[in-house]
Amino acid sequence: MPIITDTGFAPDDDLALLCLDDLTDSTGQAALDLPLDADPDAVPRHFDRLTHIVIPFPGFADGRGFSLARRLRALGYRGRLRAAGHLIPDQYAFARFCGFDEVQISSEQADRQAESQWTIHTRALPPFLRRRTGGWTQPAT
Amino acid sequence: MARNFKPSIVSANDLHIGDVVYMNSGGGWTRKLAEAAIAHTAEEGETLMARAAPQQAKVVGPYLADVALDDDGRPFPTHFRERFRTRGPSTRPDLGKQSANPERREPLAASGGI
Amino acid sequence: MYRYDEFDHDYVRARVSEFRDQTQRRIDGALTEDEYKPLRLQNGLYLQLHAYMLRVAIPYGTLNSRQMRTLAMIAERWDEGYGHFTTRQNIQYNWTRLTDVGDILDALADVEMHAIQTSGNCIRNVTADHFAGAAADEIEDPRPTAELIRQWSTAHPEFAFLPRKFKVAVTGSPNDRAVTKAHDIGLRMLRNAAGEAGYEVIVGGGLGRTPMIGKVIRDFLPKDDLLPYLEAILRVYNLHGRRDNKYKARIKILVHETGIEDMRAQVEAEFERQMHEEGGPLVAPDPVQVARIESYFAPPAFEVLPDRSETLEVAMANDAALKTWVENNTSDHRASGHAIVTVAIKGTGEAPGDATTAQMRVLATLGERYSHDELRISHEQNVILPHVRKDDLPAIFSALRKAGLASANAGLITDIIACPGLDYCALATARSIPVAQDLSRRFAAPERAAAIGNFTIKISGCINACGHHHVGHVGILGLEKSGIENYQITLGGDHTETMAVGERAGPGISAEEVGPAIERLVDAYLDTRVDETERFIDTYRRIGAEPFRQALYAA
Ligand code: HEM
Ligand code: SF4
Repeated sequence: MPIITDTGFAPDDDLALLCLDDLTDSTGQAALDLPLDADPDAVPRHFDRLTHIVIPFPGFADGRGFSLARRLRALGYRGRLRAAGHLIPDQYAFARFCGFDEVQISSEQADRQAESQWTIHTRALPPFLRRRTGGWTQPAT
Repeated sequence: MARNFKPSIVSANDLHIGDVVYMNSGGGWTRKLAEAAIAHTAEEGETLMARAAPQQAKVVGPYLADVALDDDGRPFPTHFRERFRTRGPSTRPDLGKQSANPERREPLAASGGI
Repeated sequence: MYRYDEFDHDYVRARVSEFRDQTQRRIDGALTEDEYKPLRLQNGLYLQLHAYMLRVAIPYGTLNSRQMRTLAMIAERWDEGYGHFTTRQNIQYNWTRLTDVGDILDALADVEMHAIQTSGNCIRNVTADHFAGAAADEIEDPRPTAELIRQWSTAHPEFAFLPRKFKVAVTGSPNDRAVTKAHDIGLRMLRNAAGEAGYEVIVGGGLGRTPMIGKVIRDFLPKDDLLPYLEAILRVYNLHGRRDNKYKARIKILVHETGIEDMRAQVEAEFERQMHEEGGPLVAPDPVQVARIESYFAPPAFEVLPDRSETLEVAMANDAALKTWVENNTSDHRASGHAIVTVAIKGTGEAPGDATTAQMRVLATLGERYSHDELRISHEQNVILPHVRKDDLPAIFSALRKAGLASANAGLITDIIACPGLDYCALATARSIPVAQDLSRRFAAPERAAAIGNFTIKISGCINACGHHHVGHVGILGLEKSGIENYQITLGGDHTETMAVGERAGPGISAEEVGPAIERLVDAYLDTRVDETERFIDTYRRIGAEPFRQALYAA
């Protein structure tokens, strides 16, 4: 299950994931698996101990993860944000804009959709955001 | 179930042109319903669909559609929706398969890339 | 008219090459059909019954002559010589080939047009009053707002995969010609007690399987808060809208199930959160860009003319057909001596909204010569010449007559809205165009149509209601019953600011029965109305459905 960043494919890092209920005030550094129906307002008190938040994409047409990511960034989360599951290369730039740092996909998909399809930087980028900043700046990290 | 199975054909749309096509007995695609392979049993229907499934690079949305057979054993559509698909818009007899020159929608060899 | 800046140009071109690449990946197998479909839909490309259909956006219904000529050229070169103007201010080409679409999109980009987000589960082409900037009753031109929303929503990274499609309409006039209450979001421009400009925000309207009239979520939203507020509504919807059942996925169902009070609280909380975001809201208004957009919609320099045109009066005195056409197909313009012309794309026996290449070219020429180079597409599937001198009306009428576009029936019983139905649409359960054609022939006599007065018939070929049947005075819905086409009639719908959803009259009837049944209904109305000023809908509201039901089913 490769991980994709702006520099390309990297092997799975086998993150050990905890869920929200596992986190206590004495938990050390941790990676959180945050389901789509979780209440994002319950997360900020743990922000400091979170190295990663992983948001699932059950199917690429389910865009909830994009809003959840934006919400977490707006709440002040500065750790890494990962989108995991079924996203397609055409959504990579969208994911970055919404605050994700990386995407994790299945090996089957990685076989079908080569690294170059994910990293091309010729995708059409939202003109509204470009116009405002004079260039492609990303809100994430 | 098998007893209720009506003769069927596999229909789809051509990926490149969008035109209505039917699977023929060779597992390829024809624009003429008369040349479609006919499934007489549910198993035959499944076999045809199984041949269509890996052909994503040629067609979109293959499905089984009921047909009836004329005296010569040629298929004709039973549902009015399928009848329109074998012809074209009822309001424009000059367009679609019913028109004098349906083949004009064939991709031009010279049309090149995407 | 709005002009693209470098970002618009870059984007639209980049999007065409991206689409070519996506299509190539679909052909190569890197993208499955399931993965490719939403991408092609977001570029306006459907697969219908007989071919691919490309839906091109005409943002807020406004275009110039050069753009109209390109639409004509596309119909001629890549399609079958005609296009279909839709109720959402788009044009549909019914016979495009996948392999030509990239070239068509490039031709559109040449004239600052595109097909982006005319389909798919995203924020769709924003619509607005087709009389914008011309109507005498207007408070403010809605198009700068609509353009701002177009820019904000185009490729919005967060909202490209919503639970379902999302439609926004804007009106700047109290007489609602934009059907704002049947949209996911409707915006009505108004001023508060202090005289500041803002919007009434309506949410959760929609037609389709479960017709709902939108509810007011904010009485007054200051103009500057528009984008953060829209962003808040969309975020709540994207996170909480239903994804388990596509028939329950529109925001109207979320609003209905959550309740407007609770929905309002969630949206306001999300809005507040954004307003307090570090560095301000990501979509805070950019005054320079807003001013730039507004400057493009400054009214053209209208000639100062007396309101009464002697030329026109003399011509009408000598030509009864011209007089009827002027009476029916022109509306009050804000500038004296001017008029708004509705060119009804509703010839007797023709498919509503279908225009040929030649007709589009005539319209382009008329727009150029007589209407400050502007044309509009209305949700009634007509073309508007928004700014014409009354002195020029006789010349315009004569040119339209030659082009077969002089139907004097705007707003009358033969100004029918009809969706493509089973003649084209893969989702249809019955045909709608032939029903419209039959009715247009039955009521073709101009005297009869004039005597009947304002009367809207709207026809959809399935429950999705693209033909707005729920809000027609008479709505006709094509269904299937035991393997044949069957039509359900609804009565008493209204698409204006007094919006109402029509009530089902009774059991469905066969295709052949529709025409005679509607004729009986109309006769019953003519027999019962108080006088000519009482429209059908008024009579219906006064006496109820029963007499009309009896007339419909009298056979
Ligand atoms: C031919 C291909 C078309 C397809 C496949 C299609 C599909 C749909 C579907 C599925 C819906 C229901 C959405 C829902 O309730 O969630 C719908 C609604 C609608 N469509 Fe279409 N449509 C087509 C053509 C058109 C045309 C030609 C028009 C304009 C004349 C149009 C305008 C609308 C409008 C106004 C609605 C109802 C308003 C709403 O609730 O969104 N569509 N369409
Ligand atoms: S109402 Fe139905 S038949 Fe008509 S265009 Fe919409 S989806 Fe197609």
